[in-house]
Amino acid sequence: MKQSIGSLTVKSAMLVIAALLLFAPFLFQDIRALEVAARICIFIVLVASYDLLIGYTGIVSFAHTMFFGFGAYGSAIALKQMGPGWDAVALGTVAGVVVSLVIAAAIGLISLRVKAIFFAMITLAAASVVLVLASQLSQITGGEDGITYRTPDLFKTATKLAVDEDGKVVRWFGVKLNGKLAAYYFVFATSLVLFLAMLRITVSPLGTVLKAIRENEARAEAIGYRVVAYRTFVFCLSAVVASIAGSVYAIWLKYTGPDTALSFAIMIDILLMVVIGGMGTMWGAVIGAVLMVMAQYYLRDLMGAASEAVAGIPLLPELLAPDRWLFWLGIIFILLVYFFPKGIVGTLTAKGARPPEPLEGPVGVK
Amino acid sequence: MDKLTDTLGRYGGVNLLPLALAGVAFFLIGAPSSWVTLTVAGLSMGMMVFLMASGLSLVFGLMDVLNFGHSAFVSFGAFVAASVLALLGGWLDGGPLLASAALALALIAAIAFGLAAGLFFETVIIRPVYRDHLRQILITMGALIVSEQIILAIWGGTPITVLRPPFLEGAWIIGDVSIEIYRLFAFVLGAAVFAGLMVLLNKTRIGLLIRAGVENREMVEALGFKINRLFIGVFMLGSALAALGGAMWAGYETLITPALGGEMMIVVFIVVIIGGLGSIEGTLLGALIVGLTANYIGYLAPKLALASNMILMMAILMWRPSGLRPAVK
Repeated sequence: MKQSIGSLTVKSAMLVIAALLLFAPFLFQDIRALEVAARICIFIVLVASYDLLIGYTGIVSFAHTMFFGFGAYGSAIALKQMGPGWDAVALGTVAGVVVSLVIAAAIGLISLRVKAIFFAMITLAAASVVLVLASQLSQITGGEDGITYRTPDLFKTATKLAVDEDGKVVRWFGVKLNGKLAAYYFVFATSLVLFLAMLRITVSPLGTVLKAIRENEARAEAIGYRVVAYRTFVFCLSAVVASIAGSVYAIWLKYTGPDTALSFAIMIDILLMVVIGGMGTMWGAVIGAVLMVMAQYYLRDLMGAASEAVAGIPLLPELLAPDRWLFWLGIIFILLVYFFPKGIVGTLTAKGARPPEPLEGPVGVK
Repeated sequence: MDKLTDTLGRYGGVNLLPLALAGVAFFLIGAPSSWVTLTVAGLSMGMMVFLMASGLSLVFGLMDVLNFGHSAFVSFGAFVAASVLALLGGWLDGGPLLASAALALALIAAIAFGLAAGLFFETVIIRPVYRDHLRQILITMGALIVSEQIILAIWGGTPITVLRPPFLEGAWIIGDVSIEIYRLFAFVLGAAVFAGLMVLLNKTRIGLLIRAGVENREMVEALGFKINRLFIGVFMLGSALAALGGAMWAGYETLITPALGGEMMIVVFIVVIIGGLGSIEGTLLGALIVGLTANYIGYLAPKLALASNMILMMAILMWRPSGLRPAVK
């Protein structure tokens, strides 16, 4: 198959991003950059699993952070109660996955029969109830303050992965081989495995059925696929992936609270990432997550400077204040949905490619 | 069983649910005075939620457009009314006449803002994405983000105190029953709006067209009526009602934050899902049920109060998947 220029661009961008993430601890040697890299890894998985829903199957759910939160709180509570150990990590992750699976199946079976719009409203309501519950049940979840805990000894910054003859930590290219490095590669490896698994699913026969359901539900049903069963399955699948991503993020952060794991702001982030990157392609999730996380960490600094520069003008400094960065992202989001509904990757891939052959009938007739 | 259903149906069917709820609660609560207070609180909360939800439901019924940004109108209404009342703070102490003028001006400002914002929202945000649910959800969500940020930029993140006219403060005490005057006012206003909407929908030519549009849009278009223009009108009306509901809610809470819209949106969604999208009666029914349940459960089992709305919605959806009184066929 001959590749178009656009899809070549996308694929080379993927290689560059993968390489940058793989060597991130060696390329960017400060704590903040490593935080950014780990967050990107986690969000690539989270956004890709959300894309399975919204992009591949056409299900709009607002409960994705809820599942992320189940995983994160599962690990966090287990680590807090049982102390830092691999058994706690395993138990917490499994508990998070089980809770996510049960809730996803329940929501899916009750409400995936109804219209997409109902489903969006129901998931939104469910997610907000869980958020309130998490902040109210403060004996277990730590309430608004969240939980801090210790992770297995391997991931401690003080842990030495390799020592030289003086008993000091070995440095490779100036980077200390300590527990922080191990933690980053733990995050990176898990994210990579999850992402590749999802990529495999999208090109499997299952992925094709999902796309068929998105394109024409009635036809898929008529051909003999049980649409509700497939939808519920993919909803559960993406819930499980989000839950695992949550557990991994909780282990990396050593802190779990409503702001890092459950808040509606994360849901908005995921939505923005999916739309910016491009719905219906796994590569879109990568691009969206990279751009948005970078913007979150670095755009605010830029906006702070801009806000000071226009200090004399009314209202403009308020809108340019670093806290208002969501305002601009919201506007970009609306414009993207209008003009580039396929997102960056979708638009790029279409560039230089031949227009798709109409399947049947003249163009424009549906 | 069938006979029972028939008999119930003759006396109002699902419309009896709020009454049944109140009856069950009466026995569970035991003390008649608390029951009256809770019922009045529930009804007035229901009426305010009805104001916010009715527009959303109508717009969906008529045009198959679900506006996730609806709660922005609620927040804006609350903040605009609070600002007007703060500006006219001197009037509030200058006797009942000036105070009611200030209140009326605040509510009118909220309504006017709702009308204007609705017009802008419909033409700029929603017009390009008719008939595309996925993009509708995304775009209105984006608009919600932007509006929340604008509220934060103008009014800041700190809670704002809402002034109330003195004649709406305090409570009437009859025996050992105490009824807050503001709640009564909210209930009366909500009931008046409901009556107005019923007259508009059932007795006027425009109402006839709206109902026909909800029933079968293409047919109304084919008969030569410009349904798009009608839709702008309904959208503006819905936004104005939401802003009015927000303004009333601001006076009820007396301390408002920009998170108000988001909190109310969940309740509003639950109400329209319970009531059935597209019908005004259904929305009123849903709003009353939600308002009563929230107050009764809050008294009987405060721990359960958070999840009560959710459980209520799940239960009703299992019983009637498209809500209690859906209008959309």
